[in-house]
Amino acid sequence: MIWQFDIIILTLVIVSALSALRIRDLLGSAIIFGVYSFLMCLLWAGMGAVDVAFTEATVGAGISTVLILATVLHTKRRTKD
Amino acid sequence: MSLLKEFKVLAFLVVLVTGAVLVYAIGDFPDWGDPISPASEHVSSYYIENAIHDTAVPNIVTALLADYRGFDTMFETVVVFVAGIAVLFMLRRPKRESEVSMDVSGSPIVKTATRIMVPMMQLFALYIVAHGHHSPGGGFQGGVILGASLILMAIAFGLPSALKKISNKATVMLSALGVLIFSGIGILCMFLGGNFLDYSVLSAILPGTDRVMARSHAMLGVEIGVALTVMTAMFSIYADLASEGQLDQGL
Repeated sequence: MIWQFDIIILTLVIVSALSALRIRDLLGSAIIFGVYSFLMCLLWAGMGAVDVAFTEATVGAGISTVLILATVLHTKRRTKD
Repeated sequence: MSLLKEFKVLAFLVVLVTGAVLVYAIGDFPDWGDPISPASEHVSSYYIENAIHDTAVPNIVTALLADYRGFDTMFETVVVFVAGIAVLFMLRRPKRESEVSMDVSGSPIVKTATRIMVPMMQLFALYIVAHGHHSPGGGFQGGVILGASLILMAIAFGLPSALKKISNKATVMLSALGVLIFSGIGILCMFLGGNFLDYSVLSAILPGTDRVMARSHAMLGVEIGVALTVMTAMFSIYADLASEGQLDQGL
């Protein structure tokens, strides 16, 4: 792995994790969660675990986001805390 | 209110201390790719050296998941199947009575893009399933992409028109069929005198294969089973979540 990419991706992972927790809009939170999964996928791919990266991209960034979105659209978009 | 705030501070302190302990423990981890770390000392060297001779499958990850630890993967498939069934049982309700069924299909741009993309996605997913033992991929990833193509159809054209293509009954049946294919191949091995999921004995009924190639072909078989279950379970979960278990309209 190239350590410069490592640092950038890990920083973005932490930023997206914190903002997915802090953001008030649940729709935005779901999308940022997908971004988080995709960054993790890049990390796996960088470490040579291509199968894990593939699973993370399809299941984590793809289907999970869609399922969370489908649920969020049936609730209120704004969270109270 | 102040009590709640004190609890929040206390919880934050606990999280902080736990995090500090975890970060401290990182120092004891072996380096990334360390050849003499405990994880790579025992069985993994056997797999790396012998997987290609044992199974004729170049992708060691697939050889591990579908063959050496096939029992584990079979029950992972069962977990996906049970998850789909559980969501169905929790959310499915009788139809709403008097509500007008809305046509909530997308704009022409979305529809046209979907029409172009869905065949590509499905072809790519089939490639991933069929080529999973030679390149990265396999039943789970290919099945998820197949499920995603169905979900894309449901989003663009509305859930009812997607359910016309693959009905709810067919979804559940195919989901069960996937598990049946996986465990059926396992039981077939027992009938031929081997252990459960011991694919090499299948060479007796697969024409023109030796004991090594039989394992490779059987892996393709179980991957197809996994892909069927995952595809239909994902679509079924989406359909129930998006329509609150009514199956009458999408998002």
